[in-house]
Amino acid sequence: MITTSITSRVIAHILLLIGILIVVFPIYYVFVASTHSLTDILRPPLPLWPGNQFLHNYYEAIFGGVAKIGGVGVGRLLWNTTVVAVCVAVGKIGISILSSYAVVFFRFPLRMTFFWLIFITLMLPVEVRILPTYKVMVELHLVDTFGGLILPLIASATATLLFRQFFMTIPPELLEAARVDGAGPARFFFDILLPLSRTNIAALFVILFIYGWTQYLWPLLVTNSNDMNTIVIGLRKMISFADADTQWHLVMVTCIFAILPPILVVVLMQRWFVKGLVESEK
Amino acid sequence: MTSRAIFPNKLLPYLLLAPQLAITFIFFYWPALQALRQSFLKEDPFGLKSRFVGFANFKHVLADPNYVHSLWITVIFSLFTALISMAVALLLAVMAEKVIRGKAFYRTLMIWPYAVAPAIAGMLWLFLFNPSFGTLAVPLNQLGLRWNPLLNGTQAMVLLVAAASWKQISYNFLFFVAGLQSIPKSLIEAAAIDGARETKRFWTIIFPLLAPTSFFLLVVNTVYALFDTFGIIDAVTQGGPGRETETLVYKVYKDGFVNLNLGDSAAESVILMAIVIALTAVQFRYIERKVHYG
Repeated sequence: MITTSITSRVIAHILLLIGILIVVFPIYYVFVASTHSLTDILRPPLPLWPGNQFLHNYYEAIFGGVAKIGGVGVGRLLWNTTVVAVCVAVGKIGISILSSYAVVFFRFPLRMTFFWLIFITLMLPVEVRILPTYKVMVELHLVDTFGGLILPLIASATATLLFRQFFMTIPPELLEAARVDGAGPARFFFDILLPLSRTNIAALFVILFIYGWTQYLWPLLVTNSNDMNTIVIGLRKMISFADADTQWHLVMVTCIFAILPPILVVVLMQRWFVKGLVESEK
Repeated sequence: MTSRAIFPNKLLPYLLLAPQLAITFIFFYWPALQALRQSFLKEDPFGLKSRFVGFANFKHVLADPNYVHSLWITVIFSLFTALISMAVALLLAVMAEKVIRGKAFYRTLMIWPYAVAPAIAGMLWLFLFNPSFGTLAVPLNQLGLRWNPLLNGTQAMVLLVAAASWKQISYNFLFFVAGLQSIPKSLIEAAAIDGARETKRFWTIIFPLLAPTSFFLLVVNTVYALFDTFGIIDAVTQGGPGRETETLVYKVYKDGFVNLNLGDSAAESVILMAIVIALTAVQFRYIERKVHYG
């Protein structure tokens, strides 16, 4: 064991504190701004500590500030975003676990072709096929629907790959024993495979929830009506740095609402998050 | 693999694969093929007819000074974003390995930016640094910098790189910590016994052994800077001032959705696909190597 000298430990702490300051400050400062009045925000420099408008601003944003975001309340935006994030995460996990199950535990013609077809989608991010994908949405009448927001995002090469890797570590004896005991594919899947995959599912869920929550380009393209905006898009529409009429104190409150839920998920489910991130990418 | 126990069902596996394949075909392969087809077509000004023009769209795009400019902007933006966020994250990860108390505390705070949407990360930084009432813009102006990222291209780029790197620090930090923990302690101890001091130990042992992690992160960060930062650019500069921050992805979006130039936009899409395929190929070559040599 090498002992690190006290000086070098102190330096390490100082550097880490500076790092934390850079990392957390922008988020903290938006919270500070969300507790000040509009006039205070527009007269820099803004104090470094929260003001006394917390209740007033949050009350106005939740109950009164409706008209400020194109007629849509914060509640609606949060609801839309939650639906999208949860459905994207659950959908991705659901269809990926089924396809990995098929690829690992069955033998059938074109098995590996299908696997590669799924795998190659890694190379086709939405950003490189913006316009044609949008046309598909229009033809399927999916613009401004939850289906349109969610469906194109739930194909997942990464999740399929991860589940495949995990399934391949399951000892074949387990399947043989289950079959001897008369378990069919459904029974094996629900009673043995799913319970074994719990940790992986939890880890993936955190990553994919964040993925769904922070989507930008896709919701921007596929929603025209403000009713269907996610909170990130709603926020984008509220802001105009050139426009003197922007209600900055309400923007700040909305910003906090957009940032807080995913941060809570990441911090509270930290163990799964770190596992999911480091393992799913490797 | 061949000796694996399996279920004998013939039809069931296709049903299990159906949902994933359906979505993949409708939303991935079909649009990608359309982009490919469109890139060889030219529409008349009214969008009524289109005809085959071979590689004309590609020639047109590649000869366009705006495209070359955009390519250059993308290289600068990706390079700086990847290097800065990786350097900061590596420094912090090495420091976090040194401290004995407070590791969990530091990590808990360090992962916050990961949960922030790129577009919001851009808004946060613009809020701090916007020329009219940004709190941190005030001292910059007092230094006589004439800070205005909405008018000055270089300053706009600096702001974008800052926001994009900030958001990526969490990710890189977690991977460097994992990488550092996988380095055998015995190697570092052996070096210490041989009299190598901390700095020397870092550069001669730890840094080279982190090479696989760093290389992996370089690819991931480049892909991130190429694609996921669309939100940051759209929220902060929208490609402006002028075209000073118009990256390749932003240009595809602008040409397709704002300027409605379908042929050019499709050709740009296809070029981007080629770039992603190249990057992914590099990444998998590397993963293969890691599997072989442990």
